[in-house]
Amino acid sequence: MAMLEPVHPLTPKSWYLPSKPHKFCPGCGHGIVLKALGENIDELGIQDKTIFGCDIGCSLLAWNFFACDSTQTHHGRTTPVMVGIKRSRPELITVGYMGDGGGYSIGSQHLLNAAVRNEKVTLILVNNTNYGMTGGQMAPTTLPGQKTETSPYGRDPEQTGYPTKGPEFIAQLTPDSAYVARATVSKYNQLKRFIRNALRNQIEGNGFSFVEVLSTCPTNWRTNAQQTWRFLEDEMEPYFPVGELKSPFGKGDK
Amino acid sequence: MEKVFSEAKKAFMTGNETAAWAALAAGAEVMFGYPITPQNEIMHYWTRMAPKYDRGFLQTEDEISAGFTVCGSVQSGKKAFTATAGPGNVLMQEPFGMAEGMRLPLLAIIQQRGGPSSGTVVYSQQEVTLTTFGGNGEGHRIVYSTATHQEIYDYIIKGFNTAWTYRFPTFILGDGYQAKMREPLELYSPEDKGIKMVEPYPLIGLPGHIGEDREPKHLCNIYSLEEELYEVVMKISAEYEAISPELTEYQERECDDAEIIIVSHGVVSRAADDAVTALRAQGLKVGCFRPITLRPFPAQELKNCIQKSGAKKLLIAESAYGQLFRLVRQEIYGETVPMETLFMPGVGIIDYDIMSKIKSML
Ligand SMILES: Cc1ncc(C[n+]2csc(CCOP(=O)(O)OP(=O)(O)O)c2C)c(N)n1
Ligand code: SF4
Ligand SMILES: [Mg+2]
Repeated sequence: MAMLEPVHPLTPKSWYLPSKPHKFCPGCGHGIVLKALGENIDELGIQDKTIFGCDIGCSLLAWNFFACDSTQTHHGRTTPVMVGIKRSRPELITVGYMGDGGGYSIGSQHLLNAAVRNEKVTLILVNNTNYGMTGGQMAPTTLPGQKTETSPYGRDPEQTGYPTKGPEFIAQLTPDSAYVARATVSKYNQLKRFIRNALRNQIEGNGFSFVEVLSTCPTNWRTNAQQTWRFLEDEMEPYFPVGELKSPFGKGDK
Repeated sequence: MEKVFSEAKKAFMTGNETAAWAALAAGAEVMFGYPITPQNEIMHYWTRMAPKYDRGFLQTEDEISAGFTVCGSVQSGKKAFTATAGPGNVLMQEPFGMAEGMRLPLLAIIQQRGGPSSGTVVYSQQEVTLTTFGGNGEGHRIVYSTATHQEIYDYIIKGFNTAWTYRFPTFILGDGYQAKMREPLELYSPEDKGIKMVEPYPLIGLPGHIGEDREPKHLCNIYSLEEELYEVVMKISAEYEAISPELTEYQERECDDAEIIIVSHGVVSRAADDAVTALRAQGLKVGCFRPITLRPFPAQELKNCIQKSGAKKLLIAESAYGQLFRLVRQEIYGETVPMETLFMPGVGIIDYDIMSKIKSML
């Protein structure tokens, strides 16, 4: 009997194959974001000069995800590490990858000030409405009423405020040369386009580039496939509008 | 890189100005910092000189960021540094820990101020424990405690070479007095003294096509297994211990026949030195020992001093409540010589203070 040739899934060239299959949970959105990033790195031809930096959070699982020089930092501190690299070696393309806890909570002073200074780095922040890595605690982005390990009766905005709307505040802080968008893993082509714009904006030396990506965390949401997708599309997307909030490349895609 | 001094020249300046010139002469390429007294003027002088010598500067949003931007900068191959004090030193322990864990050649100048908390902006030696063993690691750091402006200059130049040779975070531990006093010193370009500056090199952002010329470089900072981390820490520890003998520096004076040895570091060692001169003139057998490196500590050298002199007592004098004392005690464990202490936390110590204490010990 003839041996069947194994079929390999198409993977971006900039993915580091020895670290695949990746380590994210089944149904996790991280892999989709990193696929969009990888395809863009390939298409823009920037693999050799990209520095990928990951935060501590589930993003840390991506420390050897790409066949790009990479570094791993501390929870919330990816932004200053990327700023240090970019200011030292402006020819490199620095991509910081972090969670909503890392970016909006413990590292918020770095994010805010890097945006104000219009640092020429690209930051991708994965919003999964919780602290995934540490077991599902409340995050700045947890929705009102959403149950987490530290809001077991549902988030009460009276006690803990409303979810952080990151791209909205960053858009207010940045000049016109910045790029600010919110994407979702449910709209792949748009996600890929936004990440591409965020990279292009850095390549062209314009300014700060930020993409928040709405993503899934079935493990901590304790949801099956259908419930996971429903939460993303029916709960998260209405609360966190997807689109380009600021783009030097024309009118913006709402 | 352009030579900063075409020939050695005498100067009379503050320690902070000295530090900025030293970093410049050492070929530092960029400083990241956040204002805190008594360190501020290092940034003030650096920002005035940096554009003239094509060097960089960023005032970050806080000390956490200053430390982490230095981490990123040295990873990308630049000779970067920072300077801080007191609560800023506390905030920088997080990036200093990253530098320990990832073996990053970070250089930080610490000008100690009074503590705890906001303390004073003046002076102390209360950041010894923090600078030597701060962070959630094992104290794999190199700490030079300077006593004069000439030493600030010399050890900043040396410190960059230490950092880039051994890749352990390296500290120049000064204090508010050293920062703000004016003193004469000699400024020079390292090469004119036969000092070869170690060239920085990138850890990431390497040349060549990935997959063709080279593999991608993945720097790791968190490990999945106990055993993985164990391997890493044991390797770092072994390397640190192996290089320690060539790194330790100290000074001793009149210890051969000393009945009392004063142990002090930094600017207090100058008072100890004056006290020894005065007490010897009075016929008292007193000597002094000064660790220049607090990490690694010259433990064997201090033990040798105690043994050869047969000293009856040690006096530990410091502008802190026992931080040097604890370090000495753990380092010379096994010695039975009695120790007395002169603790003046956050306050300057002069020769008279030490002499009175010695007289009370006789
Ligand atoms: C200073 C510090 N505090 C706390 C932690 C513990 N910690 C690790 S990951 C994490 C939360 C991660 O959440 P997020 O940033 O949203 O990323 P996710 O895992 O959800 O992708 C926390 C609190 C840490 N590593 N460092
Ligand atoms: S815990 Fe959530 S975010 Fe983390 S890998 Fe699993 S699904 Fe993804
Ligand atoms: Mg999260």
